[in-house]
Amino acid sequence: MPVQSPLSSVNDFVVRFANVNGSGSASANELFARSILRHGVPVSPRNIFPSNIQGLPTWYEVRVTEEGHLGARGGVDLMVAMNPQTWDKDVASIEPGGYLFYDSTKPLPSSKFRNDINVIGVPLTAITNSTYSDPRQRQLFKNIIYLGALSALLEMDPKLIEQLIGEQYKGKEKLLSSNVHALHLGRDWALQNVKCPIGLRVRKADKVGDRIFIEGNSAAALGAVYGGATVCAWYPITPSSSLADAFAAHCKKLRHDPKTGKAKYAIVQGEDELASIGIVVGASWNGARAFTATSGPGISLMQEFIGLSYFAEIPAVIMNVQRAGPSTGMPTRTQQCDILACAYASHGDTKHVLLFPEDPAEAFEFAAQAFDLAEQLQTTIFVMLDLDIGMNHRLCRPLKWDDARQYDRGKVMTAEMLDEGRDFGRYLDVDGDGIPYRTYPGAHPTKGSYFTRGTSRDRYARYSEEGSVYADNMQRLVRKFETAQDMVPRPLQANAERPTKYGVIYFGSTAPAMDEAIELLEARGHLLDRMRIRAFPFHSSVASFIADHDFVYVVEQNRDAQLRSLIVNENGIDPVRLVPIRHFDGTPITARFIAGAIGDHQDQLKLTPLRKVKT
Amino acid sequence: MTYIAKPKFHHPGLPKNRLGYTHRDYEGKISTLCAGCGHDSITASIIEACYELSIEPHRVAKISGIGCSSKTPDYFLGNSHGFNSVHGRMPSVLTGANLANRDLIYLGVSGDGDSASIGFGQFAHSIRRGVNMTYIVENNGVYGLTKGQFSATADRGSKSKKGVMNTDNAVDLVAIALQLGASFVARSFSGDKTQLVPLIAAAIEHKGSAFIDVISPCIAFNNHAGSTKSFDYVREHNDAVNRLDVLTGREPISIEYAPGMVKVVEQHDGTRIALRKIDADYDPHDRVGAMAFLQKHAAKGQIVTGLLYVDPEAEDLHNHLNTVDSPLNTLGEGELCPGSATLEKINASLR
Repeated sequence: MPVQSPLSSVNDFVVRFANVNGSGSASANELFARSILRHGVPVSPRNIFPSNIQGLPTWYEVRVTEEGHLGARGGVDLMVAMNPQTWDKDVASIEPGGYLFYDSTKPLPSSKFRNDINVIGVPLTAITNSTYSDPRQRQLFKNIIYLGALSALLEMDPKLIEQLIGEQYKGKEKLLSSNVHALHLGRDWALQNVKCPIGLRVRKADKVGDRIFIEGNSAAALGAVYGGATVCAWYPITPSSSLADAFAAHCKKLRHDPKTGKAKYAIVQGEDELASIGIVVGASWNGARAFTATSGPGISLMQEFIGLSYFAEIPAVIMNVQRAGPSTGMPTRTQQCDILACAYASHGDTKHVLLFPEDPAEAFEFAAQAFDLAEQLQTTIFVMLDLDIGMNHRLCRPLKWDDARQYDRGKVMTAEMLDEGRDFGRYLDVDGDGIPYRTYPGAHPTKGSYFTRGTSRDRYARYSEEGSVYADNMQRLVRKFETAQDMVPRPLQANAERPTKYGVIYFGSTAPAMDEAIELLEARGHLLDRMRIRAFPFHSSVASFIADHDFVYVVEQNRDAQLRSLIVNENGIDPVRLVPIRHFDGTPITARFIAGAIGDHQDQLKLTPLRKVKT
Repeated sequence: MTYIAKPKFHHPGLPKNRLGYTHRDYEGKISTLCAGCGHDSITASIIEACYELSIEPHRVAKISGIGCSSKTPDYFLGNSHGFNSVHGRMPSVLTGANLANRDLIYLGVSGDGDSASIGFGQFAHSIRRGVNMTYIVENNGVYGLTKGQFSATADRGSKSKKGVMNTDNAVDLVAIALQLGASFVARSFSGDKTQLVPLIAAAIEHKGSAFIDVISPCIAFNNHAGSTKSFDYVREHNDAVNRLDVLTGREPISIEYAPGMVKVVEQHDGTRIALRKIDADYDPHDRVGAMAFLQKHAAKGQIVTGLLYVDPEAEDLHNHLNTVDSPLNTLGEGELCPGSATLEKINASLR
């Protein structure tokens, strides 16, 4: 018997499913997460998967959180251990007093268990094999059977799960009824043989509201549809492939001419990332809105074109779904590790605009906005997602679109303007904002044509290697980047209840863990003002936020504190004032980690200095 | 020498084409290449072909990579937009540009370093996709701008100016273009304008991926004895299979040659090419035959030139992608944005 008393919690616990990749568990696990949402209880699921299609271990973690803490929590309260390969590690990861759910068809020696956890054995294989004879069916329905057993153990409403199955298999009666049957097989066995419910329970609440449940990659792809992207060129790479796939799927539904059936978009799977960005640059040069989706290694390959886009001033949108690097790194693990690689991408002096969405809703907004920014600024815009928000379903506010919104195509000199006698210099700063006018190819028979090149040229696009001409152009590009500062999404600031000398800067997918960490820190008596940076170049409020505090923590998911370096470098900040909080093991950052790291630092600050003790 | 402005003045009696343009209207800036460079002859042939086709110059987008050849788009069609992009990446930039606006004419200019080495992949894949373009490789077998290194099209056994023997096998871009499904494949010689001009014109009229390999001797680094890309060598070993004598667009053509010696090729958009056969057995519609013919003649040291293959029923990338007829770059919010009501439905499906 466990010495530890069993964990007891309603609507606040973490369930982790340990599965074998390719066993069909993903859809059953997702069904579990969705069915909790239908109880009105927020969940935050995460896929933890290997770079493999079949056979290697994979985990699916569902954080059930009535409080709405959508960041990863860390720790496991209920382990659904379906993978013998990872059994020992899985069992070890359970919190004391937690629960282990396993397939008890084959007896296991007691050494395989722990005495401080609660073990629930369900003979899943026996139940499955006595009902189904087809091997594939056995595999798939076993997943639904454990879902049924869990519904009894966690006191979930089976009607809500049936409803979801009904929606999923609408019109496919046979599949629908067989899934419902499997669900009840597991549920009934548990009700009859195990004490239900356990200490962890799901109770109906009203905490989901009108929020939607969507992956960041799908939301960003939808943002590209709404933002008017017509050309997408990409090369398969985890974790960004699903973004291009989602764009194709959205376009198939939303972008075909109803009369002719023809496509109002073109998607090309390039032969590599170089071709993909080349296609984007070519299409954008020719006046279409174009983007590519990639990840770190792809960014490395695109460097030369990114420099061309910067120097020749051609719009481009790159959705970078970050994963752990360097090199192949950990392709299926999350990080925010391409900040510097993107901010200063390519050789020579370059700077690029980065947008940092915190969740799918912002991924949608920023993706759409990226196309306006790319054309307004005539340069590359990076939308910096990461695997955590890109490839996981996340609960977020509904997507919104204002029908009055028009695409801002930037400064384009039309045939009419040319005929009016407007002076056209492709690199001429007519408005003092560093942004010149461009013309689309084919616009006018005799005016407005120019020769685009990555080589130095004067304000009228005439080849020149004169030092002063080159410097003049490079200075204008700096001016343009300063203009960008007020065009990109501003940082969001939230102050502590009482004035504090300490602040914290964070960005992107760290947001939900940070929000939760603030609560944990407040409970420890540490007050922090916070600022979520949403774009680079940094708005002036970033420097003033830092100036207003003695210390500012910079929380990020990479080893080298890249955002901190960028802030120090771009704003001339004394590095001592920015305390790095770095999480970089490839797992999503947790509130526990942030609160622990900041809390420890704060505690140290409160220690009485030695010299004071002496005197 | 681009700082020297080219005078716009021209003889009032210069002939004009259907659009009322003279030759001069198709010219660009003064070339900065070496005097006598084969590339300048190709530039002249492009100008001639566009003039004869009565193309509106601004409806052409000329795109290149990096190298001597890739500089040339500045020297023709001064009223066209040009893009001197990244080394070896012309094909991707052109593909993107083509996707954005299917109504323009796309002229890709590249070199042997650009297309057979650093950009070999992009060359291959743009051909595979059937991008509607005229892809010209100005092939001199040498890196000119970096002073005379062998390129991947240099023949095995040929000698560099410094006397070094090339021991690597040569890439034959024509053979590869055929294998990858180019729907118009030709080879010519910069020194043979009468053959080259109609080939360029026919390639422009062709709706699909048209590839022309133009042997273009490098006067500075690859025009010596022992080179297989010199003027003398190419003249001696040129084996033309046919000549395009008449190219008449959509007008009916008159055949002036002996029956059996002229083949009229009608493309599916109605344009016609009249092909004068030199080698009576050569069939330019037989892709496999063309490949074998090329290999046999290459083994004998002969450079086969002419229109080597044409598929009059070619389809292009836009056909494959089933894109709308209007250029994608002309579509606005009305055509592209599904609107808030649709988004509400999407939201509802995600709950």
